Amino acid sequence: MPRKIVTWVVLAALVVTFVGILGASVADGALLPVNLTVGPITLQDVLFYAFAGLTVAGAGAVAFSRNILYSAIGLLFALMGAGSLYVLLSADFLAVTQLLVYIGGVLVLILFAVMLTNRITEVNISNASLGVAGAVALLVATVPVLVFIAVATPWAAHAAPALAPTTRDIGNGFLTRWLLPFELASLVLLATLIGAVVIARKELKQDEPDPSLG
Amino acid sequence: MLHVGLQHFLVLGALLFSLGLMTVATRRNAVGVLMGVELILNGANVNFVAFNHYVTGGVGGQVFALFVIVLAAAEAAVGLAIVLAIFQTFRSIDVRLADTMRE
Repeated sequence: MPRKIVTWVVLAALVVTFVGILGASVADGALLPVNLTVGPITLQDVLFYAFAGLTVAGAGAVAFSRNILYSAIGLLFALMGAGSLYVLLSADFLAVTQLLVYIGGVLVLILFAVMLTNRITEVNISNASLGVAGAVALLVATVPVLVFIAVATPWAAHAAPALAPTTRDIGNGFLTRWLLPFELASLVLLATLIGAVVIARKELKQDEPDPSLG
Repeated sequence: MLHVGLQHFLVLGALLFSLGLMTVATRRNAVGVLMGVELILNGANVNFVAFNHYVTGGVGGQVFALFVIVLAAAEAAVGLAIVLAIFQTFRSIDVRLADTMRE
């Protein structure tokens, strides 16, 4: 089963290479003499396709893997790829936050939950309940619609501005314009901290002795 | 269309959202459902940051994405605590079992 993950990654790398070669040849006008591109592909394009392939491959592993542990590893790749893409969108602080909070925090929590709740010997605990037909129907219903909307809508997009660090602006925004939601977020986190501990602790019955006391 | 633009990121966000939705709909394992929710939130975040970079400028979209990350972390912590409580009660995390209001 670990080979499955390796296969996913290798597959993503192959797809990325294929797209890159195809793009390069199209840019040269060798493959398609159509005026499809405005110039040779740049490093940014290659990086986007690499990280997007990684992200989609990871998300596919989350969605299709039968074993919940390999889903968690796929989630690692998906979050890492999305975080890398934030750098291409000049969101450097967000990329680091993604790395710290998601991969360092949420993913470790999820792995802990997997280890605590699964009997690891039971591999096939995560069967699909909707079935393959339902899953495929859902994908067929959502993906084309969303992709069509994303591609066909005439967004008011302008040429991408140059990449610039935004940490200073975010810090200023948090303490001026978004001060109230910032403080509320800290309140939410405190409530979460207490609530998670209260929910997850073991309740002691009155007639049972405390097991920690022996 | 080969050059990376707004549409590329939107398509990526759409794919992340769809795969996450499929994960939420098909999993019986509660932890798997939470993973699907994380994928959905990440798809939304990609859209926020992409629109921020290509359309509006400034840092508004990035700040919103940061709040989404904060709430996703809170949701994961509380959700996994509930999953642990369900596991202690039912000795399983099959979400179909957790439809009773009391033990």
